[in-house]
Amino acid sequence: MSVTSEQVESRVVETLASFGPDESQITRDATFEELDIDSLDLVELAQVVEDEYGVVLKGEDMKDLKTVGDAIDLIVQRAG
Amino acid sequence: MASMPDRRKVVVTGLGAVTPLGIGASTLHERWAAGEVGIAEGAGRCREFEAKEHLSVKEARRLDRFAQLAVVAAGEALAEAGWDGEPPYDPMRVGCIIATGIGGQGTLEAQLEVMRERGARMVSPLGIPQYMPNAAAAAVTMKHKLRGQSYGVVSACASGAHAVGSALRMIQYGDADAVVCGGAESALTDFAFACFNSMEALSPEGISRPFDARRDGFVMGEGAGMLVLEDEESARERGATILGEVAGYGSTTDAHHLTAPDPTGDPASRAISLAIRDAGAEPSQIDYINAHGTSTQLNDAAETAAIKQALGAEAKRIPVSSTKSSIGHTLGAAGAVEAVATFRTLITGVIAPTLGYEVPDPDLDLDYVPGEARPLVTGNGHPALALSNSFAFGGHNVALALRGAAR
Repeated sequence: MSVTSEQVESRVVETLASFGPDESQITRDATFEELDIDSLDLVELAQVVEDEYGVVLKGEDMKDLKTVGDAIDLIVQRAG
Repeated sequence: MASMPDRRKVVVTGLGAVTPLGIGASTLHERWAAGEVGIAEGAGRCREFEAKEHLSVKEARRLDRFAQLAVVAAGEALAEAGWDGEPPYDPMRVGCIIATGIGGQGTLEAQLEVMRERGARMVSPLGIPQYMPNAAAAAVTMKHKLRGQSYGVVSACASGAHAVGSALRMIQYGDADAVVCGGAESALTDFAFACFNSMEALSPEGISRPFDARRDGFVMGEGAGMLVLEDEESARERGATILGEVAGYGSTTDAHHLTAPDPTGDPASRAISLAIRDAGAEPSQIDYINAHGTSTQLNDAAETAAIKQALGAEAKRIPVSSTKSSIGHTLGAAGAVEAVATFRTLITGVIAPTLGYEVPDPDLDLDYVPGEARPLVTGNGHPALALSNSFAFGGHNVALALRGAAR
Protein backbone atom coordinates (compact mmCIF):
# COMPACT_ATOMS: atom_id res chain seq x y z
CA MET A 1 0.00 0.00 0.00
CA SER A 2 1.47 3.35 -0.90
CA VAL A 3 0.56 6.57 0.78
CA THR A 4 0.77 10.06 -0.58
CA SER A 5 2.84 12.79 0.94
CA GLU A 6 -0.38 14.79 1.47
CA GLN A 7 -1.96 12.01 3.49
CA VAL A 8 1.10 11.68 5.70
CA GLU A 9 1.39 15.44 6.11
CA SER A 10 -2.20 15.74 7.24
CA ARG A 11 -1.79 12.93 9.80
CA VAL A 12 1.53 14.30 11.11
CA VAL A 13 0.16 17.84 11.47
CA GLU A 14 -2.91 16.59 13.27
CA THR A 15 -0.81 14.51 15.65
CA LEU A 16 1.70 17.26 16.39
CA ALA A 17 -1.14 19.73 17.00
CA SER A 18 -2.52 17.43 19.67
CA PHE A 19 0.84 17.75 21.48
CA GLY A 20 0.42 21.49 22.04
CA PRO A 21 1.60 23.74 19.19
CA ASP A 22 -0.96 25.75 17.26
CA GLU A 23 -1.89 24.01 14.02
CA SER A 24 -1.14 27.15 11.98
CA GLN A 25 2.51 27.02 13.09
CA ILE A 26 2.98 23.46 11.89
CA THR A 27 4.36 23.85 8.36
CA ARG A 28 6.82 21.63 6.48
CA ASP A 29 9.59 24.13 7.25
CA ALA A 30 8.85 24.52 10.96
CA THR A 31 11.53 22.98 13.15
CA PHE A 32 10.68 20.74 16.07
CA GLU A 33 12.67 23.10 18.27
CA GLU A 34 10.45 26.04 17.28
CA LEU A 35 7.37 23.97 17.93
CA ASP A 36 8.68 22.84 21.34
CA ILE A 37 8.40 19.24 20.20
CA ASP A 38 10.94 17.09 22.06
CA SER A 39 12.19 13.51 21.92
CA LEU A 40 9.25 12.17 23.95
CA ASP A 41 6.78 13.78 21.53
CA LEU A 42 8.63 12.21 18.60
CA VAL A 43 8.33 8.75 20.15
CA GLU A 44 4.59 9.32 20.41
CA LEU A 45 4.50 10.46 16.79
CA ALA A 46 6.40 7.28 15.82
CA GLN A 47 3.75 5.19 17.59
CA VAL A 48 0.99 6.87 15.61
CA VAL A 49 2.92 6.31 12.39
CA GLU A 50 3.53 2.66 13.20
CA ASP A 51 -0.11 2.13 14.03
CA GLU A 52 -1.28 3.91 10.85
CA TYR A 53 1.28 2.94 8.20
CA GLY A 54 3.12 -0.01 9.73
CA VAL A 55 6.34 1.97 9.53
CA VAL A 56 8.62 1.34 12.50
CA LEU A 57 10.72 4.37 13.43
CA LYS A 58 13.33 4.02 16.16
CA GLY A 59 14.95 6.78 18.19
CA GLU A 60 17.99 6.33 15.95
CA ASP A 61 15.86 7.12 12.86
CA MET A 62 14.38 10.20 14.47
CA LYS A 63 17.42 11.82 16.02
CA ASP A 64 18.50 13.72 12.90
CA LEU A 65 15.05 15.02 12.02
CA LYS A 66 14.99 18.80 12.26
CA THR A 67 11.78 19.88 10.54
CA VAL A 68 8.24 18.62 10.09
CA GLY A 69 9.07 18.11 6.39
CA ASP A 70 12.01 15.85 7.30
CA ALA A 71 9.65 13.63 9.28
CA ILE A 72 7.02 13.51 6.50
CA ASP A 73 9.63 12.62 3.87
CA LEU A 74 11.09 9.84 6.02
CA ILE A 75 7.67 8.30 6.66
CA VAL A 76 6.64 8.47 2.98
CA GLN A 77 9.96 6.93 1.93
CA ARG A 78 9.68 4.05 4.42
CA ALA A 79 6.04 3.44 3.60
CA GLY A 80 6.67 3.34 -0.11
CA MET B 1 17.25 16.28 72.78
CA ALA B 2 20.09 18.37 71.42
CA SER B 3 19.23 22.02 71.31
CA MET B 4 19.84 24.10 68.22
CA PRO B 5 19.73 27.65 69.58
CA ASP B 6 20.86 29.40 66.42
CA ARG B 7 18.90 27.55 63.79
CA ARG B 8 16.98 29.64 61.34
CA LYS B 9 13.32 30.54 61.73
CA VAL B 10 11.09 29.45 58.86
CA VAL B 11 8.09 31.46 57.75
CA VAL B 12 5.26 30.88 55.29
CA THR B 13 4.73 33.45 52.56
CA GLY B 14 2.36 31.68 50.20
CA LEU B 15 -0.43 29.11 50.33
CA GLY B 16 -2.23 27.24 47.58
CA ALA B 17 -4.83 24.51 47.38
CA VAL B 18 -7.02 22.63 44.96
CA THR B 19 -9.59 20.58 46.83
CA PRO B 20 -13.09 19.14 46.55
CA LEU B 21 -14.27 22.52 47.87
CA GLY B 22 -12.81 24.35 44.87
CA ILE B 23 -9.71 26.19 43.73
CA GLY B 24 -7.79 28.18 46.31
CA ALA B 25 -6.50 28.08 49.86
CA SER B 26 -8.98 30.65 51.16
CA THR B 27 -11.83 28.91 49.30
CA LEU B 28 -10.98 25.69 51.15
CA HIS B 29 -11.13 27.27 54.59
CA GLU B 30 -14.05 29.62 53.93
CA ARG B 31 -16.29 26.89 52.51
CA TRP B 32 -15.32 24.39 55.19
CA ALA B 33 -16.01 26.97 57.92
CA ALA B 34 -19.39 27.70 56.27
CA GLY B 35 -20.31 24.04 56.61
CA GLU B 36 -19.92 23.00 52.98
CA VAL B 37 -19.12 19.37 52.21
CA GLY B 38 -17.14 18.68 49.03
CA ILE B 39 -17.97 14.99 49.03
CA ALA B 40 -20.45 13.58 46.51
CA GLU B 41 -21.32 9.97 45.72
CA GLY B 42 -18.80 8.68 48.21
CA ALA B 43 -15.77 10.57 46.89
CA GLY B 44 -14.11 13.94 47.38
CA ARG B 45 -13.50 14.90 43.77
CA CYS B 46 -12.08 18.28 42.72
CA ARG B 47 -15.18 18.89 40.61
CA GLU B 48 -14.32 22.53 39.93
CA PHE B 49 -10.89 21.66 38.54
CA GLU B 50 -10.49 21.57 34.76
CA ALA B 51 -6.83 21.25 33.76
CA LYS B 52 -7.30 23.20 30.53
CA GLU B 53 -8.45 26.28 32.43
CA HIS B 54 -5.11 26.47 34.24
CA LEU B 55 -2.51 24.74 32.07
CA SER B 56 -1.37 24.76 28.45
CA VAL B 57 -2.21 21.76 26.25
CA LYS B 58 1.39 20.63 26.47
CA GLU B 59 1.55 20.95 30.27
CA ALA B 60 -1.79 19.24 30.79
CA ARG B 61 -1.10 16.24 28.56
CA ARG B 62 2.30 15.64 30.09
CA LEU B 63 1.06 15.55 33.67
CA ASP B 64 -1.03 13.03 35.50
CA ARG B 65 -3.92 14.65 37.34
CA PHE B 66 -2.10 14.51 40.69
CA ALA B 67 0.75 16.60 39.25
CA GLN B 68 -1.72 18.96 37.54
CA LEU B 69 -3.28 19.66 40.93
CA ALA B 70 0.19 20.25 42.42
CA VAL B 71 1.24 22.66 39.67
CA VAL B 72 -1.92 24.74 40.02
CA ALA B 73 -1.73 24.86 43.83
CA ALA B 74 1.98 25.77 43.63
CA GLY B 75 1.17 28.56 41.19
CA GLU B 76 -1.29 30.04 43.66
CA ALA B 77 1.17 29.78 46.56
CA LEU B 78 3.99 31.38 44.55
CA ALA B 79 1.72 34.19 43.38
CA GLU B 80 0.77 34.92 46.99
CA ALA B 81 4.46 34.91 47.94
CA GLY B 82 4.95 37.53 45.25
CA TRP B 83 7.34 35.51 43.10
CA ASP B 84 6.21 36.64 39.70
CA GLY B 85 8.13 34.50 37.27
CA GLU B 86 11.49 34.31 39.02
CA PRO B 87 12.54 33.26 42.51
CA PRO B 88 13.80 36.21 44.60
CA TYR B 89 16.80 34.06 45.59
CA ASP B 90 19.59 32.25 43.79
CA PRO B 91 17.55 29.46 42.10
CA MET B 92 20.10 26.91 43.38
CA ARG B 93 19.06 27.94 46.92
CA VAL B 94 15.37 27.22 46.33
CA GLY B 95 14.19 23.67 46.97
CA CYS B 96 11.00 21.77 46.20
CA ILE B 97 9.53 18.81 48.08
CA ILE B 98 6.18 17.46 46.94
CA ALA B 99 4.59 14.44 48.51
CA THR B 100 2.17 11.89 47.19
CA GLY B 101 0.91 8.66 48.66
CA ILE B 102 0.46 6.86 45.37
CA GLY B 103 1.56 8.92 42.35
CA GLY B 104 0.06 8.80 38.89
CA GLN B 105 -2.41 5.99 39.46
CA GLY B 106 -4.69 7.00 36.57
CA THR B 107 -1.80 7.04 34.11
CA LEU B 108 -0.50 3.69 35.28
CA GLU B 109 -3.89 2.06 34.83
CA ALA B 110 -4.49 3.69 31.44
CA GLN B 111 -1.13 2.56 30.08
CA LEU B 112 -1.59 -0.96 31.42
CA GLU B 113 -4.82 -1.00 29.44
CA VAL B 114 -2.99 0.19 26.32
CA MET B 115 -0.45 -2.59 26.70
CA ARG B 116 -3.11 -5.26 27.09
CA GLU B 117 -5.27 -3.98 24.23
CA ARG B 118 -2.70 -2.79 21.70
CA GLY B 119 0.60 -4.32 22.73
CA ALA B 120 3.70 -3.25 24.59
CA ARG B 121 5.02 -1.17 21.69
CA MET B 122 2.10 1.25 21.98
CA VAL B 123 2.67 2.12 25.64
CA SER B 124 3.25 5.87 25.91
CA PRO B 125 6.77 7.21 26.47
CA LEU B 126 5.02 9.61 28.86
CA GLY B 127 3.87 6.72 31.07
CA ILE B 128 6.81 6.67 33.50
CA PRO B 129 7.34 10.44 33.66
CA GLN B 130 3.64 10.81 34.44
CA TYR B 131 3.19 8.14 37.05
CA MET B 132 6.51 8.44 38.89
CA PRO B 133 5.78 9.76 42.40
CA ASN B 134 8.32 12.58 41.97
CA ALA B 135 6.51 13.87 38.85
CA ALA B 136 4.85 16.74 40.72
CA ALA B 137 8.16 17.97 42.15
CA ALA B 138 9.75 17.71 38.69
CA ALA B 139 6.91 19.67 37.09
CA VAL B 140 6.89 22.49 39.64
CA THR B 141 10.68 22.91 39.52
CA MET B 142 10.67 23.01 35.71
CA LYS B 143 7.85 25.51 35.53
CA HIS B 144 9.34 27.88 38.11
CA LYS B 145 13.05 27.19 37.48
CA LEU B 146 13.76 26.04 41.03
CA ARG B 147 17.23 24.49 41.04
CA GLY B 148 17.98 23.61 44.67
CA GLN B 149 17.26 20.20 46.22
CA SER B 150 14.03 18.66 45.02
CA TYR B 151 12.35 15.31 45.46
CA GLY B 152 9.12 13.51 46.25
CA VAL B 153 8.18 12.17 49.66
CA VAL B 154 6.16 9.00 50.19
CA SER B 155 4.63 7.94 53.52
CA ALA B 156 0.99 7.23 52.62
CA CYS B 157 -1.34 9.54 54.53
CA ALA B 158 1.50 11.33 56.34
CA SER B 159 3.34 12.23 53.10
CA GLY B 160 2.18 15.84 52.87
CA ALA B 161 3.18 16.57 56.46
CA HIS B 162 6.56 14.91 55.97
CA ALA B 163 7.12 17.21 52.98
CA VAL B 164 6.46 20.30 55.10
CA GLY B 165 8.67 18.98 57.93
CA SER B 166 11.50 18.11 55.54
CA ALA B 167 11.27 21.55 53.95
CA LEU B 168 11.44 23.14 57.40
CA ARG B 169 14.63 21.25 58.19
CA MET B 170 16.14 22.04 54.78
CA ILE B 171 15.83 25.76 55.48
CA GLN B 172 16.74 25.55 59.18
CA TYR B 173 19.89 23.66 58.29
CA GLY B 174 20.84 26.21 55.66
CA ASP B 175 20.59 23.91 52.64
CA ALA B 176 18.05 26.24 51.05
CA ASP B 177 16.72 29.76 51.61
CA ALA B 178 13.25 28.87 50.40
CA VAL B 179 11.35 25.66 49.62
CA VAL B 180 8.13 25.16 47.72
CA CYS B 181 6.56 22.20 49.49
CA GLY B 182 3.32 20.30 49.78
CA GLY B 183 1.46 17.25 48.63
CA ALA B 184 -0.83 16.08 45.85
CA GLU B 185 -3.01 13.05 45.23
CA SER B 186 -5.48 11.90 42.65
CA ALA B 187 -6.24 8.21 42.83
CA LEU B 188 -10.01 8.06 42.52
CA THR B 189 -9.96 5.04 40.22
CA ASP B 190 -12.16 1.95 40.41
CA PHE B 191 -9.04 -0.05 41.18
CA ALA B 192 -8.01 2.16 44.12
CA PHE B 193 -11.57 2.07 45.47
CA ALA B 194 -11.52 -1.72 45.16
CA CYS B 195 -8.23 -1.96 47.05
CA PHE B 196 -9.36 0.27 49.92
CA ASN B 197 -12.74 -1.47 49.98
CA SER B 198 -11.07 -4.86 50.34
CA MET B 199 -9.40 -3.51 53.46
CA GLU B 200 -12.81 -2.28 54.67
CA ALA B 201 -11.19 1.13 55.14
CA LEU B 202 -13.81 3.16 53.26
CA SER B 203 -17.13 4.30 54.66
CA PRO B 204 -19.88 2.08 53.18
CA GLU B 205 -22.23 5.03 53.67
CA GLY B 206 -19.84 7.41 51.95
CA ILE B 207 -20.01 9.81 54.88
CA SER B 208 -16.98 11.33 56.54
CA ARG B 209 -17.86 12.09 60.18
CA PRO B 210 -14.69 11.98 62.23
CA PHE B 211 -14.97 11.26 65.97
CA ASP B 212 -18.73 10.62 65.72
CA ALA B 213 -19.92 7.33 67.25
CA ARG B 214 -21.41 6.34 63.86
CA ARG B 215 -18.15 6.76 61.91
CA ASP B 216 -17.59 3.76 59.64
CA GLY B 217 -14.54 4.52 57.51
CA PHE B 218 -12.93 7.25 55.48
CA VAL B 219 -14.07 8.82 52.23
CA MET B 220 -11.36 9.02 49.57
CA GLY B 221 -10.63 12.46 48.18
CA GLU B 222 -8.18 14.09 45.80
CA GLY B 223 -6.42 17.42 45.94
CA ALA B 224 -3.22 19.34 46.49
CA GLY B 225 -1.93 21.73 49.10
CA MET B 226 1.22 23.80 48.63
CA LEU B 227 3.21 26.19 50.81
CA VAL B 228 6.08 28.56 50.13
CA LEU B 229 8.49 28.46 53.08
CA GLU B 230 11.33 30.95 53.45
CA ASP B 231 14.10 31.71 55.87
CA GLU B 232 12.57 34.46 58.00
CA GLU B 233 15.46 36.89 57.71
CA SER B 234 15.61 36.55 53.92
CA ALA B 235 11.85 36.94 53.64
CA ARG B 236 11.89 40.11 55.74
CA GLU B 237 14.79 41.52 53.75
CA ARG B 238 12.85 41.18 50.52
CA GLY B 239 9.80 42.74 52.12
CA ALA B 240 7.60 39.65 51.91
CA THR B 241 4.30 39.46 53.76
CA ILE B 242 4.72 36.88 56.52
CA LEU B 243 1.63 34.66 56.87
CA GLY B 244 2.89 32.53 59.73
CA GLU B 245 5.65 30.27 60.91
CA VAL B 246 6.35 26.55 60.63
CA ALA B 247 7.49 26.42 64.23
CA GLY B 248 7.93 22.75 64.97
CA TYR B 249 8.01 19.25 63.52
CA GLY B 250 7.86 15.85 65.18
CA SER B 251 7.79 12.43 63.56
CA THR B 252 7.79 8.87 64.87
CA THR B 253 6.75 5.39 63.75
CA ASP B 254 4.42 2.85 65.35
CA ALA B 255 6.24 -0.30 64.19
CA HIS B 256 3.05 -2.00 65.28
CA HIS B 257 0.88 -3.11 62.34
CA LEU B 258 0.84 -2.62 58.58
CA THR B 259 -2.35 -0.56 58.62
CA ALA B 260 -3.81 -0.30 62.13
CA PRO B 261 -2.55 2.44 64.43
CA ASP B 262 -0.96 1.55 67.75
CA PRO B 263 -4.14 1.72 69.92
CA THR B 264 -2.24 3.22 72.86
CA GLY B 265 -1.33 6.22 70.71
CA ASP B 266 2.16 6.19 72.30
CA PRO B 267 4.34 6.80 69.24
CA ALA B 268 1.80 9.26 67.80
CA SER B 269 1.73 11.18 71.09
CA ARG B 270 5.50 11.33 71.01
CA ALA B 271 5.37 12.93 67.57
CA ILE B 272 3.00 15.58 68.96
CA SER B 273 5.23 16.22 71.98
CA LEU B 274 8.30 16.50 69.76
CA ALA B 275 6.57 19.08 67.55
CA ILE B 276 5.54 21.17 70.57
CA ARG B 277 9.04 21.02 72.03
CA ASP B 278 10.58 21.75 68.62
CA ALA B 279 8.50 24.93 68.56
CA GLY B 280 9.88 25.87 71.97
CA ALA B 281 6.36 25.69 73.36
CA GLU B 282 4.31 23.99 76.09
CA PRO B 283 0.95 22.20 75.84
CA SER B 284 -0.63 25.19 77.60
CA GLN B 285 0.21 27.34 74.57
CA ILE B 286 -1.63 25.20 72.00
CA ASP B 287 -4.77 26.99 70.81
CA TYR B 288 -6.11 24.58 68.18
CA ILE B 289 -5.53 21.11 66.76
CA ASN B 290 -6.26 20.23 63.14
CA ALA B 291 -6.74 16.51 63.60
CA HIS B 292 -5.87 13.72 61.21
CA GLY B 293 -9.47 12.65 62.02
CA THR B 294 -10.15 10.17 59.23
CA SER B 295 -13.57 8.90 60.34
CA THR B 296 -12.30 5.37 60.86
CA GLN B 297 -13.00 3.70 64.19
CA LEU B 298 -9.34 2.99 64.85
CA ASN B 299 -7.72 6.27 63.83
CA ASP B 300 -10.06 8.55 65.68
CA ALA B 301 -9.74 6.53 68.89
CA ALA B 302 -5.96 6.24 68.71
CA GLU B 303 -5.58 9.92 67.79
CA THR B 304 -7.74 10.95 70.74
CA ALA B 305 -5.56 8.82 73.02
CA ALA B 306 -2.41 10.36 71.52
CA ILE B 307 -3.67 13.93 71.97
CA LYS B 308 -4.60 13.24 75.59
CA GLN B 309 -1.25 11.63 76.31
CA ALA B 310 0.75 14.44 74.72
CA LEU B 311 -1.25 17.37 76.06
CA GLY B 312 -2.31 16.00 79.43
CA ALA B 313 -4.73 18.18 81.35
CA GLU B 314 -4.73 20.75 78.52
CA ALA B 315 -6.23 18.29 76.02
CA LYS B 316 -9.89 18.90 76.91
CA ARG B 317 -9.50 22.67 76.63
CA ILE B 318 -8.22 22.64 73.06
CA PRO B 319 -10.62 22.71 70.10
CA VAL B 320 -9.94 19.79 67.72
CA SER B 321 -11.49 19.69 64.24
CA SER B 322 -10.99 17.59 61.12
CA THR B 323 -10.76 19.01 57.59
CA LYS B 324 -11.63 15.51 56.34
CA SER B 325 -15.18 16.05 57.56
CA SER B 326 -15.54 18.46 54.65
CA ILE B 327 -13.33 17.10 51.85
CA GLY B 328 -12.65 13.48 52.77
CA HIS B 329 -9.19 11.98 52.93
CA THR B 330 -6.81 13.26 50.27
CA LEU B 331 -4.23 10.62 51.27
CA GLY B 332 -0.70 11.82 50.43
CA ALA B 333 -1.92 15.39 50.00
CA ALA B 334 -3.79 15.48 53.31
CA GLY B 335 -0.94 16.63 55.55
CA ALA B 336 -0.17 19.56 53.26
CA VAL B 337 -3.81 20.46 52.52
CA GLU B 338 -4.48 20.45 56.26
CA ALA B 339 -1.37 22.54 57.01
CA VAL B 340 -2.77 25.06 54.51
CA ALA B 341 -6.20 24.91 56.20
CA THR B 342 -4.54 25.36 59.60
CA PHE B 343 -2.65 28.44 58.41
CA ARG B 344 -5.91 29.87 57.04
CA THR B 345 -7.39 29.22 60.51
CA LEU B 346 -4.54 31.18 62.11
CA ILE B 347 -4.83 33.99 59.55
CA THR B 348 -8.60 34.39 59.74
CA GLY B 349 -9.05 33.56 63.44
CA VAL B 350 -11.89 31.19 62.53
CA ILE B 351 -11.94 27.54 63.60
CA ALA B 352 -13.98 25.44 61.18
CA PRO B 353 -16.06 22.66 62.74
CA THR B 354 -15.95 18.90 62.46
CA LEU B 355 -18.89 18.60 60.08
CA GLY B 356 -21.37 15.80 60.61
CA TYR B 357 -20.29 15.28 64.21
CA GLU B 358 -23.56 14.75 66.06
CA VAL B 359 -23.44 11.57 68.10
CA PRO B 360 -20.60 11.59 70.63
CA ASP B 361 -18.63 8.41 71.14
CA PRO B 362 -18.48 7.88 74.91
CA ASP B 363 -14.81 6.94 74.66
CA LEU B 364 -13.81 10.03 72.69
CA ASP B 365 -14.15 13.00 74.98
CA LEU B 366 -12.33 15.97 73.47
CA ASP B 367 -13.87 19.19 72.11
CA TYR B 368 -14.32 18.25 68.45
CA VAL B 369 -15.91 21.58 67.51
CA PRO B 370 -19.40 20.32 66.68
CA GLY B 371 -21.91 22.36 64.74
CA GLU B 372 -20.60 25.73 63.70
CA ALA B 373 -17.34 27.59 63.19
CA ARG B 374 -16.10 29.53 66.19
CA PRO B 375 -13.48 32.19 66.88
CA LEU B 376 -9.92 31.10 67.56
CA VAL B 377 -9.13 32.23 71.08
CA THR B 378 -5.49 32.76 71.93
CA GLY B 379 -4.15 32.76 75.45
CA ASN B 380 -2.15 35.85 76.22
CA GLY B 381 -1.80 38.10 73.24
CA HIS B 382 0.90 35.89 71.68
CA PRO B 383 0.48 34.67 68.11
CA ALA B 384 -1.76 31.60 68.05
CA LEU B 385 -0.14 28.19 67.97
CA ALA B 386 -1.79 25.18 66.33
CA LEU B 387 -0.97 21.55 65.69
CA SER B 388 -1.67 19.61 62.52
CA ASN B 389 -1.57 15.82 62.88
CA SER B 390 -1.00 13.18 60.21
CA PHE B 391 -0.91 9.43 60.77
CA ALA B 392 -0.47 6.84 58.05
CA PHE B 393 -0.84 3.26 56.94
CA GLY B 394 2.62 1.92 57.64
CA GLY B 395 2.64 3.51 61.08
CA HIS B 396 4.16 6.86 60.10
CA ASN B 397 3.26 9.69 62.50
CA VAL B 398 3.82 13.40 61.94
CA ALA B 399 2.82 16.48 63.89
CA LEU B 400 3.48 20.03 62.73
CA ALA B 401 3.38 23.03 65.07
CA LEU B 402 2.20 26.06 63.12
CA ARG B 403 2.23 29.59 64.49
CA GLY B 404 0.29 32.64 63.33
CA ALA B 405 2.13 35.76 62.28
CA ALA B 406 2.90 38.36 64.93
CA ARG B 407 0.36 41.17 64.67
